[in-house]
Amino acid sequence: MKFYFILAWRNIWRNKRRTLITTASVFFGVLLSAFMSSMQEGSYDQYIRAIVNSYSGHIQIHRKGYWNDKIINNSFLNDGNIDSLLHRFPEVTIYSPRFETFCLASSEDVTKGVMILGIEPLAEDKITNISVKLYQGEYLKKGDNGVILGSRLAQFMKIGPGDTLVLIGQGYHGSGAAGKYPVRGIIKHPSPELDRTLVCMELQHCQELFSAPDLLTSMVIMVNDNEKTLPIKMALTESLGDDLEVIDWMQMNQLLLKQIDSDRAQGVITKGILYMIIAFGILGTVIMMVAERTKEFGVILAVGMKKRKLITIIILETIFMGMTGVITGVAASIPLLYYFLYNPIPFTGQAAEMMLQMGFEPAMYFSMAPSVFYEQALTIFIFTLVIGIYPIFNIRKLQIMKALRS
Amino acid sequence: MNIIEIKGISKTYDKDTMPVQALNGIDLVFQDGEFASIVGPSGSGKTTLLNIIGGLDDPTEGNVLIDGINITSLSGHSKTAFRLKNIGFVFQSFNLIPVLTVRENIEFIMQLQGASKQGRLSRTDELIEAVGLVDKKNCRPNKLSGGQQQRVAVARALASKPKFILADEPTANLDSKSAENLLDIMEKLNKEENITFIFSTHDARVMKKARRIITIEDGKVIDDVIKDKIMPES
Ligand SMILES: Nc1ncnc2c1ncn2[C@@H]1O[C@H](COP(=O)(O)OP(=O)(O)O)[C@@H](O)[C@H]1O
Ligand SMILES: [Mg+2]
Repeated sequence: MKFYFILAWRNIWRNKRRTLITTASVFFGVLLSAFMSSMQEGSYDQYIRAIVNSYSGHIQIHRKGYWNDKIINNSFLNDGNIDSLLHRFPEVTIYSPRFETFCLASSEDVTKGVMILGIEPLAEDKITNISVKLYQGEYLKKGDNGVILGSRLAQFMKIGPGDTLVLIGQGYHGSGAAGKYPVRGIIKHPSPELDRTLVCMELQHCQELFSAPDLLTSMVIMVNDNEKTLPIKMALTESLGDDLEVIDWMQMNQLLLKQIDSDRAQGVITKGILYMIIAFGILGTVIMMVAERTKEFGVILAVGMKKRKLITIIILETIFMGMTGVITGVAASIPLLYYFLYNPIPFTGQAAEMMLQMGFEPAMYFSMAPSVFYEQALTIFIFTLVIGIYPIFNIRKLQIMKALRS
Repeated sequence: MNIIEIKGISKTYDKDTMPVQALNGIDLVFQDGEFASIVGPSGSGKTTLLNIIGGLDDPTEGNVLIDGINITSLSGHSKTAFRLKNIGFVFQSFNLIPVLTVRENIEFIMQLQGASKQGRLSRTDELIEAVGLVDKKNCRPNKLSGGQQQRVAVARALASKPKFILADEPTANLDSKSAENLLDIMEKLNKEENITFIFSTHDARVMKKARRIITIEDGKVIDDVIKDKIMPES
């Protein structure tokens, strides 16, 4: 077999210029596609990071049924068992208890439905970085009885730090809930929806307001590596029993994942067209390679080589040409993408503004996920195998006599 | 001993469209150890005849028996295997694989036969020596003269220890000195190693070296002369 490899390898270099052009086309195709894929995957990672870090976390624990019916009657008792369980997982970096519900908020002359988020200020800040989003006033302190509002909500209600907000709603199991809270700060939340409706307050005050002491609607958990999400989720599901549900960020952000998938599909089409062009280039080379060697094939077959072996050699030649391009292309894209991985391309001006508002770093991020590379290699490999059909047919129907006389 | 028996061979090309009768009722017998040439003007049917003897082409009528085996009736795969084992070929041009060195071109045939590495190496050395190309053994064909290339082709044809060698106008592209040199080597191999050669030519000087001259014209044998008494009568 080694002999056939040597023969195939030397054969492709018989016409150096043509082979160089062909492998160069593969090289640039791989480089371009890897660059594109890396950029796509990098931005998806960024979206996911942004959404995980701004709201959902990696994993959430709820009472069974809460995710489909988000009412406070579907809350659960935070009796310390969950804390001690989470402490057993070194992969769990932070967890933050939340009490989330809806009620009416009134200022002097406006009333509006709002979302109430009861949090432990320190833990929550480590996950969603609320304090960084603050643009007026200050962040909640431990035991604080004030509230923080989204900027659009504050604007709508015409209040700012120092003013008072009245909250009226329904508490646990139908009890009444009403209270007066001083406004401590205003945040610019990246999600426009939340920016219009969010009111944050200290967890204990929130539980008191809604007559739900020690009850939580969700426990938000961050792990040290996204890859750990599923195993930790499984482990938690197993330990927590039937009353509680454990949901990961993929289940919580299905819409985003769908958008990512459709965007990916679009990328596949673009890359597909690029690869088609390259594949036709390789096919052209293979057709020429076969055509100009008809006589030589005749001699080789006459002296006793089986057609099957000759076909193997030609297919090896095709694969070698493709793979030379792939290997050099991947080799060149690794340092390039490595550079961009650590030096994302910054956005400026309006685009940057928009990204910031949506909660993203204003930069084009890159990914070095293995798929960025092996997808290119696999695609070219498959294309070369398909192209290999041509010499199979050509050599199978080759008549030694005719070939010798050509 | 008869190694080749040709019985009533005719060949018509393009039977259905524009029939060309290339061979017309050929009967011939070749014995082990012959050094025979087939001569005749261009278009007389020499290539066609050699191709049919070598199993590269099928006759329209008649049979070719090699060592008593009727090769015309073999299927494609067994014919290839038979050819590899029994028949050596030398063609007029484009004989060698351009990307392989002299050594590799010769070794390659034995590789196809699945010979052991040890056996291949010693046989290759022996053959390179026999055709006088020891100093060129690691050169690729494009570094050799036409005559040297044909000597490699002869060595390659011998590599698989075939029963006989068919050479279709091996000297057609060579100058007369190279042609004579090639014939000398073939003759030496014939005498010293008792290898049967059948070659076609229309070169008078090459013809003279042969011990049997078969003349064909318009697809028929018109003359068959055995020049000396070394060969037994057929
Ligand atoms: N593949 C073919 N198709 C049609 N005619 C052919 C073919 N090969 C040879 N011929 C014809 O058969 C005759 C004999 O040709 P060939 O055997 O090549 O003669 P030679 O080798 O003596 O020159 C010629 O008339 C030639 O034109
Ligand atoms: Mg001829």
